[in-house]
Formats: sequence, structure tokens, C-alpha cells
Amino acid sequence: MPAGSQPLLQVEDLVREYRLPRESLFGPPSRFRAVNCVSFSIEQGKSFGIVGESGCGKSTLARTVMGLEQPASGRVLLEGQDIFDLPARELRSLRRKFQMVFQDPYGSLDPRFKVERIVAEPLEVLLPNVSRSERRERVEETLNSVGLKPTDADRYPHEFSGGQRQRVAIARALITEPSLIVADEPVSALDVSVQAQVLNLIMDLQTRRGLTFLFISHDLSVVRHITDEVAVMYAGEILETGPTHRVFSDPQHSYTKSLISAVPYPDPRRCRRLRRAARPAGAR
Amino acid sequence: MSEGFAEIWRMGLRNRGFVIGGVITLLFVALAALALIWTPYPVEEIVVARRFQGISSAHWLGTDQFGRDLVSLLMAGAVNSVAVAIVAVGLGVGIGVPLGAIAAARQGWLDEILMRANDFAFAFPALLSAVMITALAGPGAINSIIAIGIFNIPVFARLTRGAALVVWKREFILAARVAGKGPVRISIEHILPNISSVLIVQITIQFALAILAEAGLSYLGLGTQPPQPSWGKMLNEAQTLMFLAPQLAVFPGFAIALTVLGLNLFGDGLRDVLDPRLRRER
Repeated sequence: MPAGSQPLLQVEDLVREYRLPRESLFGPPSRFRAVNCVSFSIEQGKSFGIVGESGCGKSTLARTVMGLEQPASGRVLLEGQDIFDLPARELRSLRRKFQMVFQDPYGSLDPRFKVERIVAEPLEVLLPNVSRSERRERVEETLNSVGLKPTDADRYPHEFSGGQRQRVAIARALITEPSLIVADEPVSALDVSVQAQVLNLIMDLQTRRGLTFLFISHDLSVVRHITDEVAVMYAGEILETGPTHRVFSDPQHSYTKSLISAVPYPDPRRCRRLRRAARPAGAR
Repeated sequence: MSEGFAEIWRMGLRNRGFVIGGVITLLFVALAALALIWTPYPVEEIVVARRFQGISSAHWLGTDQFGRDLVSLLMAGAVNSVAVAIVAVGLGVGIGVPLGAIAAARQGWLDEILMRANDFAFAFPALLSAVMITALAGPGAINSIIAIGIFNIPVFARLTRGAALVVWKREFILAARVAGKGPVRISIEHILPNISSVLIVQITIQFALAILAEAGLSYLGLGTQPPQPSWGKMLNEAQTLMFLAPQLAVFPGFAIALTVLGLNLFGDGLRDVLDPRLRRER
């Protein structure tokens, strides 16, 4: 299969349902569609954003794309390979190519593991042939590339701040040198000043390593800052997809419009002036 | 959670229950260990001439109806208690913890079956069933260990499942799955270390209960058989001599009560030290 001609990730008509408790004893249990017929694709090296309000199914979508949840129907193709078609063992070894960064840097690192073990975990499981000394070397290298010190490998997660922990989580996602990273609200648990640092790190890694990102966020300004393409999600469905600048400057769907108009501007007076001058809304 | 040993130790010293319980438990275990190599008098030595002696410098707590030294008997009884409790609780942990971990990892029908079987075992009063088992299988130390152990299994299975379910919902478990780990590896490497403090606390408490259960069974004549000394057995024998030599009942009774109290204090203190959140919820 030529890897260059096809998108790195294709999601086709993905549906994820949850069973709700029965309302009556004999009635069938009702179902809730958290993700409803979602399709999109991401080209190699691009960064794709998914925005939407809380509870719209963004995180469920991310977890399903990662193969952590079983979809009711639909396909997730990584380099043309349907991940739900693979036996568990092969899916596990394919995980080397797609990794994830979670929302909560306080919850996504095992408090009983040292940073070295946390970062090395995917390497240890997915590439067991790598020797112990080489593993340590790669951990130090990766920590270095996310702006941490090699000596940080010997510390525990609780000794770090939120931003540093998220750097650890990113290092962990990077260590197997994946082509796709799914980031589920990677900065929403962080202070605003730290958010910027982590976002810059992500963008820097993207350009330096040619990584492909699926970036999930409820924060429009973050998505706008970081992604090439964006999909707007509401109640489990994608309402609108397109290049980020196009979606932000010329939203088609009414929900997108109201979402974008709700973003606070750093300087409202200046923005109003700009809008009056018939520039695209929200330009900074 | 991962404060390290020094931090736990420092917090423990500030907890009165932990210190008092710890000292009693340590004393009890130390006496049992000492009894393995040395007792003031041989336990099996019967000297009718010195029976029913009171407290003296030669026999600190007096002697029993066969002239055996009470201190030596109590020390040897401690060995018996510790041995029974270790094996019985070990049985409960060894079978109950894996069952609970499997139930939490697999969920679904397997979880349902395991937990309903658990409820079934829980529905019987533990000591009564232990009496029944030893009565059916024949009295003896081994059978009483098995009987006590069986009723430790559901305790640990339920506790492990409950605590493991909480950990399974944490994000680092998802992260471990993304790293390619399967349920067995996650259970061993992530779940168990994160519920170890809950398990350790429960082990101390079950240890106390096992000592109590063993004393109860021996008292009824279903547990440890003579001539092997046991606290419950001593109580039983002292019963008919209550008015002749009350110290024969008082000292073993005191030993049982003190040990169980010490272990409970230690367990409660340990829980407070290892998991401050749990204390506030109670």
C-alpha cells in the first residue's frame, strides 16, 4: 500500500452507543448515541481539531479512534488498516504507531511509577527487544525533547507541576515514535500561562517530527491556534468540517457561528473596529 | 500515595492507635518467634507436684492443672495463633485477591457469577460455618485453618473488586491500554500496587479475626488438638477450674483480648496513615 497517497487516519461512519438502564422491566433497554455517524480523515503531517461543548462526544470519539472503546458500527483506518478488524494482539503491536495524550495530567500518570517507568511503558510493552540501557537512553532523549531534564526520570509524578506532568505524558506518547498522536483536551487542566508553553511544545514537535495530530478541545482559541483543519461537533455529530481559517472566518452552520461568536476577544473594542472595517470576524 | 517509607513512618508515629497497636503486635509476634527457640519451661513437661501454683518468681503466671508453666504455654499458644492466622489469611488473600481482580478486570457475566458466589459465602455466619466444616471434616489444626481461610476468601475478593473497580476508572489505566498492556498485565502492574494499602489494612484486621476464630474453634474442641498448646484450648480447660484457679482462664483470655485489640488498633492506625481520605469518609 502506498502510504503517501492515502490519509494517515480515516474515520468512516463511526457510531458509538451506550446502553442506558431499562425504563420498564420488559421494554428493550434504550440506547444513547454518543458518537453518531462521524466521518473525517487526516492527512499525514497535518493537525486536525475537533471542537464542541462538554458532553458532545469528543472524548468518546477520541477513545474510540484509539481502539479503547468498541464502536457499534463504522471503521477506523490507520494507514488503510481497520483497527477493529485486527486481532487483539496485532492491534496491540500497532499501538506503536498511534499514541494518546490525556486530559488530566494528574490522573493519567500512575502515582506509583517513577517517570522513567511511565515514559518507558509503551516502549517496554510494544518494543520489548529494546535493551534496558537503550531504553533509559531513549527516555532521557525524549524527556529532553519535551523540555525536561534527564534526571527527572528518577522522580515521581507528584513531584512535578501540572505543565511538567503533561510534558511527561507527551514524552510517553512520543517514545515509540508514532505517526499519529490523539490529544484529548491536553491543556484544559492547565493554567493559562502553562497552556501556552505546552501548546508551543506540541506545535514545535509537530513541525520537527512531522507528527500528525488529532486534537480534541472545547477551547476554540486553542484549536484555532494549533490546527490545520477543524471539525465542529454537536450532540455526537459533526456539523461542519473544513480548513481552520475557513471555518473560523466563514462558518457555515448556525451552531458554529454561535460558538465562534461566544469566544471572548482579548480586546473587544479593537475587534469591533475591525469587524466594522469588514474584516473576517475574530481576526486578531 | 507514594510518599515513601519515611513519610509513612513519620505520620505513623503521630497516630496513637498505630503506635500502641504496633507495639502490642510487635510484642506478640516477638514472643511467638522467641517461643520457637526458647520457652522458660518445656511445654510438654508435666509435673503433677507443682500443679496449681500461684504467681511466683519461678513461674511468673503460675502453673496449670498438670503443673505446666503458664508463661511457656501462652508463648507456645502465640506460635499456634500466628501460624494459623498467617496460613488462613494467606489462603484468603491468595485466592480472594485474584478472584476479585479478575472480576473487576472482566466485568460482565464472570463478575456477576463470582460476586454472587461471594454473596452466597458471605450469607453464612463465618464462625458457625467454620464450626460446621471442622465438625464434618474432623477437628484439627489443619481443618480449622482451611475453615477460617475459606471465609477469608470472599472478604478479600469483594474488597479487591471494589477497590480495583475504582482504579480501573482512572485515566492511567487507559494510558496503560494505549501502551499496549492487556488486562492481566494491567491488573498486576497497575491495579494491585494501587490498592495495596487497602489490602494491607484488611490483612491486619483479618489477622485479628482469624486469631479470634481459631481461639473459638479450639475452645469448642474443634481446632488445635492437645497436647499442642492453644489459647482457646487453655480457656476450655480452665473453665471447669474457674473457682479453683481463676488465673488459668484470666491470662489466656487476656492474651487473646490484648492481641486482637492490638491488631485492630494497628490496622485502624495503618489505614489512617496509608489513606487519610478513607478515614474522613467513614
